[in-house]
Amino acid sequence: MRIRAQIGMVLNLDKCIGCHTCSVTCKNVWTSRDGVEYAWFNNVETKPGIGYPKNWESQQRWNGGWERTRAGNLQPKQGSKWRILANIFGNPDLPEIDDYYEPFDFDYDHLKSAPEMEHFPTARARSRITGERMEKIEWGPNWEEILGGEFEKRSQDYNFDGVQKDIYGEYENTFMMYLPRLCEHCLNPTCVASCPSGAIYKREEDGIVLIDQEKCRGWRMCVSGCPYKKIYYNWESGKSEKCTLCYPRIESGNPTVCSETCVGRIRYLGVMLYDADKIEEAASAAGEQELYDAQLGLFLDPHDPVVQETARADGIPDDWIEAAKNSPIWKMAMEWKVAFPLHPEYRTLPMVWYIPPLSPIQNAAEAGKIGHDGEMPDVRSLRIPVRYLANMLTAGDEAPVVQALERMSAMRTYMRAKTVDGVIDEAIAARVGLSGRVIEDMYRIMALANYEDRFVIPTTHREQVEDAYELRGGCGFTDGNGCSTGMDSRSLFGGKKRPLKIPEAM
Amino acid sequence: MFANFDINFVIFGVMPYVALTVFLVGSIARYERDPFTWKSSSSQLLRRKQLIWGSILFHVGIIVVFFGHLIGLFTPIWVLDALGVPYGLKQWMAVIIGGPAGIAALIGSTMLLHRRLSDPRIRATSSYMDITIMGLIWLQLAIGLLTITQTLQHMDGGKMVLFMEWSQSVVTWNVNAWANVVNVHWLYKLHIFLGLVITILFPFSRLVHIWSGFAAPFRYLLTRPGYQVVRSRRSAPLPERTLAVRKTPAE
Repeated sequence: MRIRAQIGMVLNLDKCIGCHTCSVTCKNVWTSRDGVEYAWFNNVETKPGIGYPKNWESQQRWNGGWERTRAGNLQPKQGSKWRILANIFGNPDLPEIDDYYEPFDFDYDHLKSAPEMEHFPTARARSRITGERMEKIEWGPNWEEILGGEFEKRSQDYNFDGVQKDIYGEYENTFMMYLPRLCEHCLNPTCVASCPSGAIYKREEDGIVLIDQEKCRGWRMCVSGCPYKKIYYNWESGKSEKCTLCYPRIESGNPTVCSETCVGRIRYLGVMLYDADKIEEAASAAGEQELYDAQLGLFLDPHDPVVQETARADGIPDDWIEAAKNSPIWKMAMEWKVAFPLHPEYRTLPMVWYIPPLSPIQNAAEAGKIGHDGEMPDVRSLRIPVRYLANMLTAGDEAPVVQALERMSAMRTYMRAKTVDGVIDEAIAARVGLSGRVIEDMYRIMALANYEDRFVIPTTHREQVEDAYELRGGCGFTDGNGCSTGMDSRSLFGGKKRPLKIPEAM
Repeated sequence: MFANFDINFVIFGVMPYVALTVFLVGSIARYERDPFTWKSSSSQLLRRKQLIWGSILFHVGIIVVFFGHLIGLFTPIWVLDALGVPYGLKQWMAVIIGGPAGIAALIGSTMLLHRRLSDPRIRATSSYMDITIMGLIWLQLAIGLLTITQTLQHMDGGKMVLFMEWSQSVVTWNVNAWANVVNVHWLYKLHIFLGLVITILFPFSRLVHIWSGFAAPFRYLLTRPGYQVVRSRRSAPLPERTLAVRKTPAE
């Protein structure tokens, strides 16, 4: 047993309102530079839909993630090391920028510089790559927003596998949900495995996966290796970039920008302890539906004194062990089993987990539209098909998703009985295998979601990693090379930057 | 002092040393001082069309040509004699292996150059150096292939030995060997000159990725056990684990 700690994330999709605040604040901080205009380290997709880049979930199309060979070994689906090296001159699995979208900006400058004309001047689109006029924008970062586009195209969604999808194209039966996505900071990342330069690495102390910009040579194998398509090739710098889990913030005990600014308070950050020696075994589980349980088996109970002692011996600081005990991730993933990994069948053992959305069910149930199972709505007849959620979160295994939805539903029923009727109904809790106390804890963390309950982030131990004396007077964190800023010479409005003319005194 | 000045001396006697020095010192300096700029500058993301075929044909062809030159020019002549390889046979091998590889590389580089100049996305994101180096390599391949027409007129290997002696003289500090290549056809001379120019431009262009391309298989296959990479930020390594995990009594 070799214990390592990881900062994990849970997103409560039950509360996501699809406002894109996470995406926009992330973009402003991290990708408002040349070469990564098209990149969204965090984006929010409306499901069902094919997403960004197109059809990213279909690994028949993109060959991301891992595959289990007949001998039971793991290798990247795009090929073993030899195969990856052989494809270095032309990567057959690399998306083109049009699969994301051609980045564009508008001629804002024209609005103020246009001469007097018969018609009102308009700001038309221009490509951010070529600078040329784009007459028609064909695709964007969130083209399917709130079910935009025809159902026929959106229904190519990979999660419809095994679902009779035709009826969901009808207006009365339609459903939708939001899926915010970012780098999963996997325990078994394929991007790391695919990099011939060894530039991508997982940090031992907090599990954050980063790209060493000085070692990256732009071989672009990580882009195709990542099944979540969350590595972006910067066409300006020629290097790959990805979500950094805002590590400068995490190191100082602050939540990531997307989590901090989430208005729905759906995001949680906390420490998980796991057994690093068992990663390969867990990721090689024979059946795809075994992978969720296999990953649960990696996590170690921070309340167990043996685990604590071993963790200490493996160099995990005491405050990290303490944080692991209070980790909201541990509670939701392990104790309540309401959070699930995104597409465990990719065998990457992702560490950003999702609570499936419930709300549409309850509303329909209350209107008497769907069946009740005693006091509680039957979650199997919900508006969002359970199979659809299971395809997304448990490789198609419906039982764990049903249990999670029932527990969330029970939480509502229990709390309604308590606050409206003034009755503590332990039977409701017992029916979903919980106790009233646990349900109230769930309510505190999942429904009230106070800041200090959502984010339990221990600070990094600077004294172990660097000599602060040598850092004095340095440039701190920059996007570019050392102290260079990577600023461009264009003005805010797209025109050439002109020197400021100061009127002379009369 | 300049009475005996000969341009051939400058190009074939002095320039190789200048080129090799710039090549080595420049590469090391760039790797050390500005590693962020060390990259292959792939443009596949922006346009896949013409790249996959163009790039594979070009790279496979030019790698064969590169090793052909390296082995062909720098194998000591006594090794050939010891192995009993007739010079004519070696020259035939060079033509038969290098010819098709050169043609593949030329076709590939024509596709890549056409793509770079005509595709608006690639054109807009190309630096002057990208276009210059692509153009020079295309020219070099074309001239190299044209020299075959001369080579076929003297298949005894005599001229080839002259070039071998000259190449080897550069690395063995036999500084008078430049005279070897004074009387060869101008196509050969131009080919050598362009080769030296490209060597000089190497550290200042995207060509530096060649170093990494040759290093990558060794790093990836040999020095990296398994697939995963984990880095620790600790400045001091953890002490050896002395703890024997013991069972705690049940509570």
